[in-house]
Amino acid sequence: MTAKNPDGIPSSQNPVSQQPGNSKPAEQLEGIAIRFAGDSGDGMQLTGTRFSDETALAGNDLSTFPDFPAEIRAPAGTMAGVSGFQIHFSSIDIHTPADQPDVLIAFNPAALRANVDDVRPMGMVIVNIDSFNQKSLTRAGYGDDPLPELRERFQVVEVPFTTLNRAALQGLDLSQREIDRCKNFFALGVLCWLYGRPMDATERWLGGKFKGDVLEGNIRTLRAGHAFGETTEIFPASFVIPAAKIAPGTYRNITGNQALAWGIVAAGVQMERNVFLGAYPITPASDVLHEVARYRHFGVKTFQAEDEMAAVSSTIGAAFAGQLAVTVSSGPGFVLKQEALGLAVMVELPLVAINVQRAGPSTGSPTKTEQGDLLAVLFGRHSESPIPIIAPCTPGDCFHAALEAFRMAVKYMTPVIVLSDGYLANSSEPWLIPEVDSLARNPVKHAHPADIGEFQPYARDPETLARPWAIPGTKGLEHRIGGLTKEDKTGNVIYDADNHGKMNALRKAKIEGIAKDYAPIEIDGPPEGEILVIGWGGTLGAITAAVESVREEGLSVSRIHLRHLNPFPSDLGDILGRFEKVLLPELSDGHLALLLRAKYLVDVRSLTKTEGQPFKIAELTEAIHELHASEN
Amino acid sequence: MAADPALKMTRKEFVSDQDVRWCPGCGDYSILANVQRVMPELGVPRENVVFVSGIGCSSRFPYYMNTYGFHTIHGRAPAFATGIKASRPELSVWIVTGDGDGLSIGGNHLLHTIRRNINTQILLFNNQIYGLTKGQYSPTSKVGIKTKSTPQGSIDHPVDPIAFAIGCGATFIARTIDVDAKHMQNILKRAHEHKGTAFVEILQNCPVFNDGIWEDVQDRKSRAKASLVLEHGQPLVYGPAENRQGIVFKDGIPSVIDLAEDDDPIERGVVVHDEHPEASSYAGVLATLQRPDFPLPVGVFRAVEKPTYEAMLQDQVDSATAERGVGDLSALLHSGDTWRI
Ligand code: SF4
Repeated sequence: MTAKNPDGIPSSQNPVSQQPGNSKPAEQLEGIAIRFAGDSGDGMQLTGTRFSDETALAGNDLSTFPDFPAEIRAPAGTMAGVSGFQIHFSSIDIHTPADQPDVLIAFNPAALRANVDDVRPMGMVIVNIDSFNQKSLTRAGYGDDPLPELRERFQVVEVPFTTLNRAALQGLDLSQREIDRCKNFFALGVLCWLYGRPMDATERWLGGKFKGDVLEGNIRTLRAGHAFGETTEIFPASFVIPAAKIAPGTYRNITGNQALAWGIVAAGVQMERNVFLGAYPITPASDVLHEVARYRHFGVKTFQAEDEMAAVSSTIGAAFAGQLAVTVSSGPGFVLKQEALGLAVMVELPLVAINVQRAGPSTGSPTKTEQGDLLAVLFGRHSESPIPIIAPCTPGDCFHAALEAFRMAVKYMTPVIVLSDGYLANSSEPWLIPEVDSLARNPVKHAHPADIGEFQPYARDPETLARPWAIPGTKGLEHRIGGLTKEDKTGNVIYDADNHGKMNALRKAKIEGIAKDYAPIEIDGPPEGEILVIGWGGTLGAITAAVESVREEGLSVSRIHLRHLNPFPSDLGDILGRFEKVLLPELSDGHLALLLRAKYLVDVRSLTKTEGQPFKIAELTEAIHELHASEN
Repeated sequence: MAADPALKMTRKEFVSDQDVRWCPGCGDYSILANVQRVMPELGVPRENVVFVSGIGCSSRFPYYMNTYGFHTIHGRAPAFATGIKASRPELSVWIVTGDGDGLSIGGNHLLHTIRRNINTQILLFNNQIYGLTKGQYSPTSKVGIKTKSTPQGSIDHPVDPIAFAIGCGATFIARTIDVDAKHMQNILKRAHEHKGTAFVEILQNCPVFNDGIWEDVQDRKSRAKASLVLEHGQPLVYGPAENRQGIVFKDGIPSVIDLAEDDDPIERGVVVHDEHPEASSYAGVLATLQRPDFPLPVGVFRAVEKPTYEAMLQDQVDSATAERGVGDLSALLHSGDTWRI
């Protein structure tokens, strides 16, 4: 079998000697992409996550992409219920979960039908042959047995997972249903053997999760799967994917949502204030609430509100009371918060509002990714209501984005929006754990009467234009704030026309001044030339891989990735002007492209996609080639 | 709440420097005066008091109190107050709202704040009209009321604030009248003393858009007959001394009986008021007493103890910290499976 690097070029096959404890020959691969697919009740996400953790511990670089339906349990065996988890791992630096899997494990005909056309030609397709009967084929929409035809296009491997699992678990005090639920761990065992993954971490994990015969059953079937790989004649060889050469340090696997949650907890520690998180459950953002709720011993308070408006309102209340306040949601919930965020702009209180974007409009596809909320978060409040926007670009980067957002919010006394997405939220990557000492420490200082002469709630810091953060409980600083137009400095309610304009201008200048704090934009490639590819947010991996790929083919292409979407970095206009052609791939109908065209009068070419799926590398390389071939 | 009885404060200290901008004769003036009068007696330092409001005539209230104050957005004041109180339990947090703000656009927040039993005082000014938007009917307006938005008369069935609060599981429920200074001050003190959500409906006159709706209970002459003053341990008796009447329950249904001057009301079967029954069914029957068939009850309908939200939340923080020690960020980042390269 050949594996490819992310650019789609087959890597050389280097047969190596046997792996320890393995009597069959092992073949060395540079990297491989595997997709697990089954019913949403088959435990595919769990199997994928366990395999990812083992892979991370084996030292490979990796990137994962869970893709699951919104229904918790769609009718068994139907296409609607298919849940998938793709993992790409390699001995070299990789950026995406890969366009096409090399291997598909399909637990039933529906999973096969929904996924097999994505598999690369002559890739391996492992099916649970026990689940192939007339009824399940019909339910999946297959007329005839698809396997004869598929054997022409793929290496089809038939494994009776259900039967083998039942045989392995004979004698345990488990029901047939409980036994059958273990079969994903049999498959995991097979895969661990096939790719030389250790299984200790999974056994430890099982030990923490289950007890008694359920624990025994899962471990027994995992080991049985491994032994099956070793002894069966179906697999003549196993594969070795050597550890990747990545920067030294301590690593862990992390998803974007986990990283956001830890960034929130870290902000409390680094800024020496208690954290308050107000949220209402919504896919795909709820995991941030779940994760933060586990850390009360950090002084963190989480509040599950009655609705999105209460979530953000309680958060603003906590900010008024002096806490590091944050609210988290996804598109449909975020728009419900916009009125209150307008108030936060008016009263100039610091808080962080996270939007983990999903595919819309309306309820849309809750578990699918998109970047279609940029214009809504930028302009979706009434009137002039500027809020800074930070967009993390990898799962691990979500940690740093959360920390940066809190620092910015407090320094400039403003709400700050963090724009993540469903892809970042659920995919994982190895993350170099930062040394806590290397993280900025910014203890919050609330206003104190001793430090100010005459207290004025809207007097401004001459440099940042921030007003003082005076909190209840501070004697001598009693004051009132609210949504009505304020007088400059005093904050008194006033409807004077000049003052109204002045306050709008002050708030605008304050937000625009934030760009002074940005580091210069990093240009990957020549600082000027023919083609510049710009991205933002979770498309970083795919764009980087595509640019590297076309460079290998001899094209000179430069690349930048925007983290700050409001205000824009001050060097952005200059960089845009230094390239003949600018390409902007976005998982939307071109929101950032619209903004850049309007602001910088540059002919930005927009590459749009709104299918609820991330970009494939091939889609991007094709667009770059087309742009290169175009006249101007 | 840091209550310090030795603290010497005056009414004036609670008066802010802002011009009060309600219409002349508005019931809000007397409510403000009574709140400012009661504040010094509560023993809470001014800097620990926060007034939070939504939108509407009543919601201008925080601007006039020389404490911390937050005039927020329509209907959401209870949610803002929740964030303040949950994160800073030591603060005394007062919510000022109206019938439109609290029971229409903010009904959901009112419901959930009350059921969580967050230790705040909710003052709902009920004038049965939208004043600030110039006179549309509100969720407490009577069926048939003709307003700008209901030229042929309202066809909405009103909600009763007290019945609503009972349904939400409120631990303290009271009703008072804008012009009855002594009664209101007493109720405000009781509301402040209560540990949990204290819901107070204040009957308020809007002379501009809905004048006189509470006239019979506001007017000193008619008040004795039109209202029933609830007092714990006292029978439900009302009316002038020479013409007393009492409330009896038969199979849970209330009715009025006449009492002769030398009648013992309790012997006659008049119900004795009890603020503390665990079940809210008794308060629920009281809430159905409406004019003109019955007197309108004023006073404390219900006062029961229940743990407060912010105390239980703080307990979770404290017990998690006691069990696991103060959170260590480095340990968190290295928790679970890690590997070295
Ligand atoms: S409109 Fe009515 S409630 Fe509003 S301030 Fe005027 S009198 Fe008072």
